[in-house]
Amino acid sequence: MAQIIIKNLRKDFGEFTAVKSSSFTIEDGEFFMLLGPSGCGKTTTLRMIAGLELPTSGEIYIDGEEVSQKRASHRDIAFVFQMFALYPHLNVRQNISYPLKSQGMPKAQLKAKVAEVAQILGIEDILSKPVGGLSGGDRQRVALGRAIVRDPKAFLMDEPLGALDAEFRERMSEELRALHDRMGATTVYVTHDQLEAMQMGDKIVVMNHGSVEQFGVPQQIYDWPATMFVADFIGSPPMNFLEIHGTLAKGDNQVALSGQVMDIPAQLQEASGDLVFGVRPEHVSLVENSEYKGEVMAIEYLGTTQIITLDTLNGVIKARISASQAVEVGQNVGLAFNPKTITIFDKSSGTALLSEANKGVLDHG
Amino acid sequence: MAEVSMQNISKSFGDQVALEGVNMTIPDGSFVVLLGPTGAGKTTTLRMISGLDKPDSGQILINGQDAASQSPAQRNMAMVFQQYSLYPHLSVRQNLAFPLKSPMLRTPADEISRKVAEVAEVLQISHKLDNKATELSGGEMQRVSIGRALVRNPQIYLMDEPLSSLDAKLRSDLRIELKRIQASLGATMLYVTHDQIEAMTMATHVGVLDHGKLVQFASPREIYENPVSIYAASRLGSPKINILPADSFPGAPAGATQIGLRPEHIGIGEGQTTQITRVEHLGDQTRLHLKLDDLDMITLTDAHTTLSRGDTLKIAPISPLYFDASGDRIQ
Repeated sequence: MAQIIIKNLRKDFGEFTAVKSSSFTIEDGEFFMLLGPSGCGKTTTLRMIAGLELPTSGEIYIDGEEVSQKRASHRDIAFVFQMFALYPHLNVRQNISYPLKSQGMPKAQLKAKVAEVAQILGIEDILSKPVGGLSGGDRQRVALGRAIVRDPKAFLMDEPLGALDAEFRERMSEELRALHDRMGATTVYVTHDQLEAMQMGDKIVVMNHGSVEQFGVPQQIYDWPATMFVADFIGSPPMNFLEIHGTLAKGDNQVALSGQVMDIPAQLQEASGDLVFGVRPEHVSLVENSEYKGEVMAIEYLGTTQIITLDTLNGVIKARISASQAVEVGQNVGLAFNPKTITIFDKSSGTALLSEANKGVLDHG
Repeated sequence: MAEVSMQNISKSFGDQVALEGVNMTIPDGSFVVLLGPTGAGKTTTLRMISGLDKPDSGQILINGQDAASQSPAQRNMAMVFQQYSLYPHLSVRQNLAFPLKSPMLRTPADEISRKVAEVAEVLQISHKLDNKATELSGGEMQRVSIGRALVRNPQIYLMDEPLSSLDAKLRSDLRIELKRIQASLGATMLYVTHDQIEAMTMATHVGVLDHGKLVQFASPREIYENPVSIYAASRLGSPKINILPADSFPGAPAGATQIGLRPEHIGIGEGQTTQITRVEHLGDQTRLHLKLDDLDMITLTDAHTTLSRGDTLKIAPISPLYFDASGDRIQ
């Protein structure tokens, strides 16, 4: 297994730049997520790692070796696509053993290897079945088996669960992650689903318009987004943005929201003009003793929690509160924001201002 | 708007029983969501009410009147299907106005343009009004087909998974909008989905269907907190309710074979010892996957927990639900 280093990677398709100067490192054994909306460059990045596209410039190191101009077949990695293609005329065993057979592996060794992979995936009992009649989940397991059997340096997966329905997807994502925990194989996984990325990833790269917006541990990215794009793309509902206009000096730990003073983490950067006060829905609470008010526009019951949509002087925001707290549409409620969790953004650039709270995450990029 | 009532409705297709003795009243002004997996009978129920299919036995009453002799058109219902069907040669504006131009309605022209503008605004397609229907994305086409139902003033809106082809962001916006429109119009709505979030967030009443039978009909909160069976309990909540053998914890009542624990109904600190097999940081909360002997379960904890894989954790049930051998609730 392997460490993968991406350095200043760029890809142009004619006039269009799909990936602009991306850099990040995938450590050996990590489950690594490339996350972003469609067209952000995540699939192009994955295809460059695989060798299916050649970069316009930049370097890719797999286990210390620069491979950016090498052929896919010389990189020793396995690619699992969204639409898993199996050989329909072969049975499960033949499908899994195919890559080894074409390498010319001796029969006894091949048999042992297939048995081992089948056991890892829990598909020993279907080895002799034709792939035609298999369920979606089993087909996916066979496709994975074909990737695993080669013992590649890394697995690359392009939205492998994208075509599945929600419930089944949840199950397969747990299975995939558990499989990774058993094998410890470096895995690079492309998705546009932020929840999938949070749930499965050891690390996440968030991409947008061909650029890396943020790179790090899921919880840290969630808590301390580097940009408004990340704050909005990650989390459901996303982070609330309350627009303010004013000036912040170094060391300031308060800001005015429509005349009400709110505590925030001590700021390390000065800023003035159009600013944005960012707060996650679960850090908004409905309280009696607050002069900052909102009108309840909608309530969405979710069992454990409920999402409250509120109209405030600084725009519409959402709060996630306990399902047991009584609240009614039309009610005027006081609002409090957990001061330790606030991020202030510069509106025009969309980037987070450094504070005592987020410097640990944002300083190392 | 109307009250619609199904009385003892059964329907089979060949050997396949689609609905069996369903009794359900959709109160005037309610938002009823039918929930169940594929084949539970959700769409069949919708088609019975619309008049597209006839029941083998039983009655459908609309505002107290037997609807058996009424054609789908006479029933005056607005349907939205999962698969949108628009007039490809017409613009979005013309598609939206079409139902109002019916000779039966004789809507004045200024009323038509007002309604079309209003609905387009709500569905975030105002900027596409003059586009041809064929120039739209899938999500936009589906919004136009929802809009075509909303411009009318039918007895009841019937919707069959109208949001399932839209992306997550738009779906969550439209959930709130549909609910708001329904409440402000005082409209009666029957809505079919297999998405439990849609059911929980929009419904005034949820009907849980299992193999053609209506097993529970109540508010989302009632079904979540007070389900009649394991089946009903498992329809709502994410992550799903944990179902374990009743003797996994002390205190099970007589006759109980299984215990149901919502992830948030697991107390941490005392009780049985479990092993943490996986920690999922979701941002706002953390999911802990636990193993109690050989049994898998999931609980929720603080977003910034320091617990990690391999740690042990003592747990005990908080207000557990008990079920008998057939999966029915023991009160």
